[in-house]
Amino acid sequence: MFKFASMLMTPAAKYLMLAFAVLFPLVAANEYQVYVMATAFVWAIAVYGLNIITGFCGQLNLAHGGFFAIGAYTLGLLTADFGWSFWPAFVAALVTTAVLGFLVGIVSLRLKEHYFAIFTLCVGFIIYLLIDKWEELTHGAIGVRDIAAPYGFGVVDFTDTTPFYYLVLAFLVFAIWFMGRLSKSLLGRTFLAIRNGDELAQSLGINLMRNKVLAFVLSTTYAGLAGALYAGMVRFIGPDEANIQHTFDMITYLLVGGIGTIMGPLLGTIGIVWITQSLQFLEEYRMIIFGPLLVLLVIFFPRGITGSFLTWMHRKSQALVPGKKREESKVNTVQPREAESNA
Amino acid sequence: MNLFFQQIINGLTLGSIYGLVALGLTLVYGILHIPNFAHGALYMVGAFMSYFFMVDLGAHYWVAMAGSAIVVAALAVLCERLVFHPLRHSPPIHDKIAAIGILLFLEAVVQMFWGSDFRRMSSPFTGILNFDGLIIPEQRLLIIAGAFVLVVALQLFLRKTMTGATIIAMAQSRDGAFLVGIDANRVAMMTFAISGVLAAFAATLYAPINLVYPAMGHLVIMKAFVIIILGGMGSIPGAIVGGMIIGFAEALGGFYISTSYKDIIAFGLLVLILSVRPQGLFAKGAH
Repeated sequence: MFKFASMLMTPAAKYLMLAFAVLFPLVAANEYQVYVMATAFVWAIAVYGLNIITGFCGQLNLAHGGFFAIGAYTLGLLTADFGWSFWPAFVAALVTTAVLGFLVGIVSLRLKEHYFAIFTLCVGFIIYLLIDKWEELTHGAIGVRDIAAPYGFGVVDFTDTTPFYYLVLAFLVFAIWFMGRLSKSLLGRTFLAIRNGDELAQSLGINLMRNKVLAFVLSTTYAGLAGALYAGMVRFIGPDEANIQHTFDMITYLLVGGIGTIMGPLLGTIGIVWITQSLQFLEEYRMIIFGPLLVLLVIFFPRGITGSFLTWMHRKSQALVPGKKREESKVNTVQPREAESNA
Repeated sequence: MNLFFQQIINGLTLGSIYGLVALGLTLVYGILHIPNFAHGALYMVGAFMSYFFMVDLGAHYWVAMAGSAIVVAALAVLCERLVFHPLRHSPPIHDKIAAIGILLFLEAVVQMFWGSDFRRMSSPFTGILNFDGLIIPEQRLLIIAGAFVLVVALQLFLRKTMTGATIIAMAQSRDGAFLVGIDANRVAMMTFAISGVLAAFAATLYAPINLVYPAMGHLVIMKAFVIIILGGMGSIPGAIVGGMIIGFAEALGGFYISTSYKDIIAFGLLVLILSVRPQGLFAKGAH
């Protein structure tokens, strides 16, 4: 499968996408479009985080939006209330989400499947309630204003939309690059092994807890990175950032794009963000379409755009090269269906 | 002392509602092993249906409750047929995501028709009973009595009727149930219908002392999940006991500790308990 994944992501195709992203501010009709694209990139980074723990490691983390909010609030509060400048606060946001992710991880990952999903749902809700009610620290429902923008060391001014867009793009490229490296590494394969069956992975000598916690910390750090960038871009945040709705949105992006794939989170996020943008009237009622869409996707296309495309490519190549063995490509398949159903 | 008893009554009321919602959830989990995240949406639809029957059609409270129960039961069966049945062989993560899809859909539909305003629902039971300084609103008494009757009725149904026995058989052993010729589809649909009826009853009972709005199911469903984890997933007595624990913890905690943090208590309790005992308070629920 990776052969075809790499065909889709041949250097040429990847550079083409990157070139388009780099040129986008030049071809965009107005600054607003650049802004929307930057927002989509920020969400995409968070969705990549969700992809690590949910797509690769197979644990449905419903507190992901909460960690996004923690990243945003750490940056917001440190710059607005404690007078830190952006970059130290940015690093602090990453460290905070990683540490909290570790603490939540060592407790929650002792639980399996449904228990884990429900536990993280509760953790997400606790994060939301704390942000909403702990007024002395978080300003409660008023939210945090006057968040510092990243300073460009005198070279660029990140308060402008376009420089910020490139900043986010740089982080996104790094996030995807890291994801690609991860998926090919032993660690990434370890995560896949855990997703495909706890017991089997354990019998192979994989330390379940350590790897799951590692995946969880990586995912929350991604969420914190996205949250911090979001706070630096919007420069005003409220308790609503921790709303469970954001987690559900991210699951939709991930599933539409293709859960457990490398390009899926990016395609899903950008696609849906632009569809909702172009159908503004949908904003409030978008879930009337996306709710059933989620259901239809998990029933008919559980692998999303990218996964279905890869399968299609695979089938086509099988037809063309009859001598090729099927097993060879099964090893790396990102589809949990067969493996998990007998677990 | 009266204040304390007042909190006991509040705890009983909350516990009854949570218990009813958790019962539906635990029944479905016991049969199909699906954590139905959409159950809160069914609860919310139940409240809106009662509101619709009462305010727009002028039906009596009891009639509205029955009508709402029928509608929600039908909706739950529809969910089972259209969504969970096709997904029965999928990895569990898909069921959860599909349930979230249903939840989002139902909420958006209700919001489209009724908007996101908070609505007040009236009830014919507005009187207040005064027992020597202990004040009990009639509606709260009705909730406690109603929950009691429903739980007893459900127990009788499960223990004394053939159809009820098939549900229990299926929860005990799926393969065993197949062997003796139990129709899995029928049991699944029936379980979803019962869970819908319980959700609609709970919502209609609780709505007059609370408010009706599209997001009303969120907190209730999350607490119901906490309850069935505490009580053991799939356990019926566990759901009732767990409901009471959370109800009392919330009423007493809200009164003696802090009102604004009372919603955290249930979740804090869960985090605490699961940190110590990952398998829940009463591991492996007895049927």
